[in-house]
Amino acid sequence: MNILQRIRLSVFPGDRKTVNEQPDHQKYFRGLLLHFRPRVVPERTLRLSLTWGLGGMAAVLVFLLFGTGLMLKFVYEPFPGRAYDSILYLNNHVPFGQLIRNIHRWSANGLLLVTFLHFLRVFYTGAFAAPRQFNWIIGLTLFTAVIFSNFTGYLLPWDQLAYWAITISTSMLEYMPVVGPGLKQLVLGGAEPGPTTILNFYAIHTAILPALLLFTLPFHFWRTRKANGLVIPRTPTEDPAIQGAVVESMPNLIVREVAVALVLLAVILLISMFFDAPLADKANPGLSPNPTKAPWYFMGLQEMLMHFHPVFSVFVIPLLLLAGLLLIPYINYQAETAGVWFCSHKGRKMALIAVVIATVATVAGVLLDEFVIGASLSGPPNIINNGLLPFTIILAACTGFYYVMKNRFKASNNEAVQALFTLLMTAFVVLTVIGIWFRGTGMQLMWAG
Amino acid sequence: MEQETLSRRSFLTRLWGILGAVAFAELIVMVIAFFSLRKPGTAGADQDAIIVAGAVDNFEPGTVSAFVRGKFYLARLEDGGFLAMSRSCTHLSCTVPWVSGENRFICPCHSSEFDIRGEVINPPAPRALDLYPIVIENNVLKVDTSKLRKRSEFAADQVTYPKMT
Repeated sequence: MNILQRIRLSVFPGDRKTVNEQPDHQKYFRGLLLHFRPRVVPERTLRLSLTWGLGGMAAVLVFLLFGTGLMLKFVYEPFPGRAYDSILYLNNHVPFGQLIRNIHRWSANGLLLVTFLHFLRVFYTGAFAAPRQFNWIIGLTLFTAVIFSNFTGYLLPWDQLAYWAITISTSMLEYMPVVGPGLKQLVLGGAEPGPTTILNFYAIHTAILPALLLFTLPFHFWRTRKANGLVIPRTPTEDPAIQGAVVESMPNLIVREVAVALVLLAVILLISMFFDAPLADKANPGLSPNPTKAPWYFMGLQEMLMHFHPVFSVFVIPLLLLAGLLLIPYINYQAETAGVWFCSHKGRKMALIAVVIATVATVAGVLLDEFVIGASLSGPPNIINNGLLPFTIILAACTGFYYVMKNRFKASNNEAVQALFTLLMTAFVVLTVIGIWFRGTGMQLMWAG
Repeated sequence: MEQETLSRRSFLTRLWGILGAVAFAELIVMVIAFFSLRKPGTAGADQDAIIVAGAVDNFEPGTVSAFVRGKFYLARLEDGGFLAMSRSCTHLSCTVPWVSGENRFICPCHSSEFDIRGEVINPPAPRALDLYPIVIENNVLKVDTSKLRKRSEFAADQVTYPKMT
């Protein structure tokens, strides 16, 4: 053996010839790869209509973000006086600088979207039931980490868009009872975004959250493996005990995963070639642009803030929603629906009704508050009129909705919980859409913009 | 009685546990102390916080002057009294410009409006504009921007009047 062969053997031990005579799975899964992907998978879990490749997409985007983020670290300077100029330098002088920034920005937005859809997919296929209960919690943790990664990254360019979006978002914190002002002080390190803020956000964005993702992501995957892979999809009438055939991961799973990854990569690259990441003028603390909006994923929250007393819109309601999400896998369900999209045909119908009701009610509520109630309410918002009263009405409406749907359709609590979840998610999405596209100058309602 | 039957091994195990807890507590205290020193005000010089706004006579009654360095507005009311107000909207901290044509502050972010006294005319702002204390020495106005004072609404005792000459 010459030295090159010896080096290769030290990296890939074993006789090359005998390896080639081995079956595929042994050839590809002898080593490290076996720790990441299963050797065999149930054939039915390969269906695109189960996962839509969303979890895999999220993983690919995280890799892209780590790669581009590490490159950006070599150019970016986390100081108020220099941050914006370093971005300009990146855009105009660093070869491929603008492209790398675009990939980072669009991947970050894509990751938010993909993880949200992944979260919906897991919910609507009942993939949170035992033994996947705790993985739902891990998933929510990851989702939160993704939101905060996006949020902390939003400030770093230090342009008008970033500066005021962060000002507004952190001011929302101040409305939390008791801990609010202290929390805002901790995050900003001052009364307004400044040197400490940018250092805080930079440290959190480039060290704490990536480290958290690096530990929590493998945990998420590992729990999936421990649950014997993905939930097995079935029609409502199929017996859950019948698992179907089991096939080799290579090539069945791996080729599909690589295909999804490559398509996603191509889409991100195309978008990044044609659309530049936004960069407004350099931050000017003396001039608020009109309108000033939070980052788009917080627009639902900001829209809620325009209708409810802040204690309810940024504290009570989000906290209740979070508690509800955490509780979902631990409710005592009447039926076993894991693997069935929307629980059943009845469940699908109920979810559709929930979407319609929520869309109509949310739009009507916003219009009503804007043009009828809001106009008659002069003076500062009142915690009873603007907070407790509408909150109680909405809470009662949701409870009423749950029981009416359950009784009207003679549904199981699986289907009723799903309908309620759909109602709230739709309302949140509608609020976000209104905030992004239907709020113009001075945050007045307007027709598309 | 149980104390006497405690074996040496379990005593040492417990001791390790206690020592571990103490070490952990020390770590927590260290981290908190590390971050508490980064609070502003402790590091910055206090001299910068006091802004000399100028002589009383420089300001006409019924006008508002902006101070960029101190990030506040000095309003002289019709009766000659002064108010120093933060330029941050009490809703979500946007910077509120004084629109002299309409004689009010109008927030560009969520259309909150305030009158010359900082009082809310139009929500969603929940409180009147925050105040800074004013001191008048030898007819010269000084504003201490390190002491922000929150208020729910305008009250007569918030106004600082120059001594009658």
